[in-house]
Amino acid sequence: MGKRAAIVGTGQTDHKSIRRDVNGQELIHEAVTRALEDAEMTIDDIDGVVIGNMDHFEGINYVDCWSIDGSGGYLKPVMKLCTGGTTGTTLAIGGYNMVASGMFEKLLVIGWEKNSESDTTGAIVTATDPILDRGVMAGALAGLAIEASEYAAAYGVTPRDAARVSVRDRGNACNNPHAHLQKAVTLEEVLNSPLISDPLRLLDMCPRTDGACAVIYAGESCAEKICPQPAWVVAATNRHTYSRFSDIKGQTGMVSLSRAAEELWQKTGIREPLKEIDVVELYQPYSWGGLKWMEDLSFCGRGEAPKLVWDGVTDMEGECPFNPSGGVISTNPIGATGLIRCAEIALQIQGKAGKHQVPDVRLGLATGFGGCFWSDCILYSKKKPE
Amino acid sequence: MMERVAIVGIGCTTIEAAKRTQNYPELVYEAVKAALEDAGAGMDAVDNVVNTTNDFWDGRTISCMPVGGVSGGADKNISGVEGDGTFGTFYMMCRILSGNYGTGLVTAHSKGSEGKEVAPLITNSAFDPIHARSLGADMVTACALQARKYMTTYGITEEECALVSVKNLGNALDNPRAQRAMKLTVADVMNSDMIASPLKKLDISPISDGAVCLILSDERNAGRFRPPPVWLKGVGFCCDAYQLGDRNLADCKPLEMAASKAYRMAGIRDPRKEIDVAEVYDAFSYQELLWTEGLGFCERGEGAKLLASGATQREGEIPVNPSGGLLAGHPVIAGGMYRIAEAALQIRGDAGGVQVKDRVKTALAHGVNGLAGQSHCVWILGND
Repeated sequence: MGKRAAIVGTGQTDHKSIRRDVNGQELIHEAVTRALEDAEMTIDDIDGVVIGNMDHFEGINYVDCWSIDGSGGYLKPVMKLCTGGTTGTTLAIGGYNMVASGMFEKLLVIGWEKNSESDTTGAIVTATDPILDRGVMAGALAGLAIEASEYAAAYGVTPRDAARVSVRDRGNACNNPHAHLQKAVTLEEVLNSPLISDPLRLLDMCPRTDGACAVIYAGESCAEKICPQPAWVVAATNRHTYSRFSDIKGQTGMVSLSRAAEELWQKTGIREPLKEIDVVELYQPYSWGGLKWMEDLSFCGRGEAPKLVWDGVTDMEGECPFNPSGGVISTNPIGATGLIRCAEIALQIQGKAGKHQVPDVRLGLATGFGGCFWSDCILYSKKKPE
Repeated sequence: MMERVAIVGIGCTTIEAAKRTQNYPELVYEAVKAALEDAGAGMDAVDNVVNTTNDFWDGRTISCMPVGGVSGGADKNISGVEGDGTFGTFYMMCRILSGNYGTGLVTAHSKGSEGKEVAPLITNSAFDPIHARSLGADMVTACALQARKYMTTYGITEEECALVSVKNLGNALDNPRAQRAMKLTVADVMNSDMIASPLKKLDISPISDGAVCLILSDERNAGRFRPPPVWLKGVGFCCDAYQLGDRNLADCKPLEMAASKAYRMAGIRDPRKEIDVAEVYDAFSYQELLWTEGLGFCERGEGAKLLASGATQREGEIPVNPSGGLLAGHPVIAGGMYRIAEAALQIRGDAGGVQVKDRVKTALAHGVNGLAGQSHCVWILGND
């Protein structure tokens, strides 16, 4: 059987719209250095590097090879994982599997993006099928606007409900020194911000960010020696259900997230996620996802998320805080975004989250979103798994 | 004691210059169907999927997206590796060794024909954007520098390199999967068009279309499939410095390190004696010479002598690229996984006209990422 694996160190860059002071390799180096410092390790202790981003954002081919000067992968095993928006959680799941396999003891996992060097929408457009999809569904916004509209129509959810999620996350970001946007907003400010793609407004949406995140995974034989409180992986599941946007069936929820969550709860024996999980970092690129996707995760029944959010259940003081870091709506260096969710859960489990610390975190959930409405889930635990 | 993982299904499309009737997901679908048929299993026997892709070669952002469905991954745990297929295979092996999965399907593909006109631009994008890209550097020119450095360091001639193309394209005459098979003389290679000195047209692998799929299984399930399992006995990968100027291009330290790790894991002490057949990443003729040195089949600078001795011929002591290698067809990204497939077919005795001998116990497969062999992955496969 495989080995248990845990995050023993994390490092994030200073996330900003444009990091003019560094190039891509230097940005990566900043995150790596901070992760190594956090774990009190040097690069010599690392026995492999896994890195990911989305190629066309920076226009660099073979990033695993290009990034050596920043990643420290010189004369080490280095490989690249990439699945679009889910790249960060793909990396986190990859790092976990590779350490659990016994092939690595101490693995450095890096997600990064220097979005300021790209035309983000221009690069995302080529993800769509050139014949069937590109003319109608290109770009990141269209699919989300359709999902929000369908959800609103089915359950009578309003833009004000969604705005409440944005207010929560943007408020939380003010307590996270790494957050890109640290500015609290009011409901009215969200509702009066420019309309981008009906019903989505500017303050419902994530930004694009320059940033990198590095985490160090260690195997069961050394994790506790490196770190007094490792963040152990309990289980990871995912679904990348669709290959074309034109295949997506409406009105059925985000199938990928429902199915990945169902498998996660079945694997881990969790029956009441809202009660049993202490904190969630949801890869939520827009406010409406903070409602609907709670339902897809079975944190509540269909159409019930707005009430929970208005009741404060997902606020910092609530029963199950969502996105204490400020979430994706505050910080979005795409290839790093999913990995930041995992690093933030590790910080929560380690009690190192500072001003955005949730008290007494035993179990934390990180998710990833991307591609063609794809979802990844990873559950981390304070307690070493049986 | 580490648990073991085996290859239990192999599916390859033929390699061709331009498969005009199929798009790249359709190529992958053909390979996946062939691998399942070879395994004697349906998709229900597979619990997870890894697709190996590259956004630049595929001309698509999130290049793994179009192949999710055709690889049977729509309702399974799935991931994507960017780089050579040997690296994708490594990740699948890890997923199985982690105990989280029992049987996985891994694919790699190339529709090089759709990017052929911009191939120099695709590999130019691997260079430093400020210093090297504007010089027009690409994979071929980087490898021309490497060839020159290697030849100068060890006194190797162009004719000695040409002999690799003569051997491999000759071997390809017996491989129905190969794109380019030719009965050549050294003079033919020498007289082919000069592309980037010292590399001539017949020293350089063509850009190809093709897809390959492997089904991997843990030891507990390996017996459930039709073919005899081919065991993944050892693997190592390692990356060199990035800037060409930071590397000694005549050196191949990362290959030596990757090979030494794979040999150690597989318990191999004397590779030349213990390995029955090798499929190495001969993207350029000289590279086969350089890589056979890095793999420890001979001393540094002796690769040409090893070839001239006949040892690497199909009937030789350590046949190298009996399939014809990449010189006979190079589906980039899938290139290394084709090497694994060819090596595994040798072990099963299913390599047809390119089979080296009746009983192959140990085979080596090799993949490369990046410019001029910056990153190498070495696999040892075995029959027990």
